Amino acid sequence: MSDAMGRGEVAAADLPVAPGLGAGGEGGSGRPGRETLRLFVRNKAAVAGVVMLIGIVFMTVAGPRIYDNDPKDIVAIPLTGPGELAEARLGTDYLGRDVLAGVIGGGTTSMTVAAMAAAMVLVIGISIGALAGYYGGWLDSALMRFTEFFQVLPALLFAMVLVALFEPSMWTISFAIGVVAWPGIARITRAEFLRLKNLEFVRAARAVGATDWRIIRKVVFPNALPPLIVSATLIMGTAILFEAGLAFLGLGDPNTTSWGLMIGLNRGNFLTAWWSVTFPGLAIFFTVLSFSLIGDGLQDAYNPKLRGR
Amino acid sequence: MLRSIAARIAQALGLILAVMCLNFLLIHITPGDPATVIVGESGAGDPELLEEIRAQYGLDRPVIVQLASYVGRVATGDLGDSYFFNQSVTSLILQRLWPTVLLVGTALAFAVAAGTMVGVATARRPESPLSHGATVLALVGFSMPVFWTGIMLVILFASAWKLLPVQGWHDVNYGEGLLANVLDVGEHLVLPALTLGLIYLAQYSRLSRASMLEVLESDYVRTARAKGLNERRVVYKHALRNAVIPVVTVVGLQFGALLSGALLVETVFNWPGLGRLAFDSILRRDTSVLLGVLMVSSVMVIVANLLTDLLYTIIDPRIRLRERSNV
Repeated sequence: MSDAMGRGEVAAADLPVAPGLGAGGEGGSGRPGRETLRLFVRNKAAVAGVVMLIGIVFMTVAGPRIYDNDPKDIVAIPLTGPGELAEARLGTDYLGRDVLAGVIGGGTTSMTVAAMAAAMVLVIGISIGALAGYYGGWLDSALMRFTEFFQVLPALLFAMVLVALFEPSMWTISFAIGVVAWPGIARITRAEFLRLKNLEFVRAARAVGATDWRIIRKVVFPNALPPLIVSATLIMGTAILFEAGLAFLGLGDPNTTSWGLMIGLNRGNFLTAWWSVTFPGLAIFFTVLSFSLIGDGLQDAYNPKLRGR
Repeated sequence: MLRSIAARIAQALGLILAVMCLNFLLIHITPGDPATVIVGESGAGDPELLEEIRAQYGLDRPVIVQLASYVGRVATGDLGDSYFFNQSVTSLILQRLWPTVLLVGTALAFAVAAGTMVGVATARRPESPLSHGATVLALVGFSMPVFWTGIMLVILFASAWKLLPVQGWHDVNYGEGLLANVLDVGEHLVLPALTLGLIYLAQYSRLSRASMLEVLESDYVRTARAKGLNERRVVYKHALRNAVIPVVTVVGLQFGALLSGALLVETVFNWPGLGRLAFDSILRRDTSVLLGVLMVSSVMVIVANLLTDLLYTIIDPRIRLRERSNV
């Protein structure tokens, strides 16, 4: 299980100095976003990621309306193989529940938890990174010590402890993932703020009397966005893996269906019923892969010089 | 140099203290009576036991006094008792520490060695099929949940091909003697270590490829080539040393993630390490053991980070020199 920290750091290492707004700023087309978008769309892998993600989101949102079986209902004989039954095309699990219905229904939990956790990671990480990078001095050292502390906690174990000590609900799980996964974002934000805060346009804003809060929000932050957008995409993937790991260990919300939980529950039978663990795993894999492909594509689009690395 | 090492050690000790405080905090902010949290559900039914815990932990005293006595006890190696096993947490953890270290160490060594090799090979021929294959593999490795990778490997190697053992770390009756013992554990180690190593193999190959590409374009490599050194020597003697530095950085940063992965892998393979202990402790509501594992794992990460920093100064003499000029 890779975690936010690791992936965040890799992203940071791949994104050294983005001059101006990255590719868009240099393109001279006047519309920074458009050049980036053009580069992104030309990247086949990235487009494949977008298509994959749209497919998965469609399956998650519209699937339960089209496909009748409830993932919690027992529909057929337990442990029937895929293709043997018309009512459960991908086979049934150890209780006779439809695996296909689980794959369709499990996405909601994974995506919701991942989105809530990613939002939390971004809020904590960006606030701490921005304050540390912008103000520097003792505040910077204090906040960076704090960040370091969270980086030494083995993230999944800490999340396990939090979920085990409190109630396992979607909220606690998102909270636990959010609390453990933000240091990477904080470091990237800090690095961007350090780089930007003494550039001429920021000094100009300061000279005309803009408050610190306004400079952070309106002047520095928009320019720090490209690497943060890339990391946010990767964080979504990480959060999905986290949620799956916790659910696999039985620490998910017991009242919902999720891909990780399906794998965990069918763990005792996977040698006789490979389908009960394989398909939910593939669902996790493709979801995370789509976010990874999109993240990589965005990174290349913002920094064309780094392409292929 | 000595001074900077001392500073790093002091910083590590500070972090360990912070982890102790966090553990203390976790016990106290959890809803309910801290005494019940400490004994977990397995002991909470016994009022005498709860009284004993309250007295032992001084739960009637001011919080700051409690914190001081908690830190004092942990510092002397007393992590409390498991009321499920009726045994000290420290002794339980010591029994489980070695399997985890073995698993994590093997996976890491495999990932770093193989990852760097793949990275270097693909950087030398960036447009070759191998190179594109490695890029795809890195993405795939990123995206697979580690516990699922483990299960898939078990299905392949144990169910379909029947090659390797998949549960635990010993057969019920393995042969006599050290060699038989080592071979038996080694055989059981292959799949868990491979599972855990594959993700990091993917990441390290990608990382070392990127840094190798950069290093191979640098002036000193061009100079080495211009001197007429053969390519192997340029790549493996001159370039590799610099190209491997980012890998070392990331190994240090990701050690916590690696431990987290080990925890899931241990659960899949019934590997008798710390992760399995943590998982079982959650099922048994044995909170003191769970918090003990958190404590010990965090200390392992801190120590690993410290070792990484020391390793830097060996690999990269510039860091050593810079610090010397600062002193």
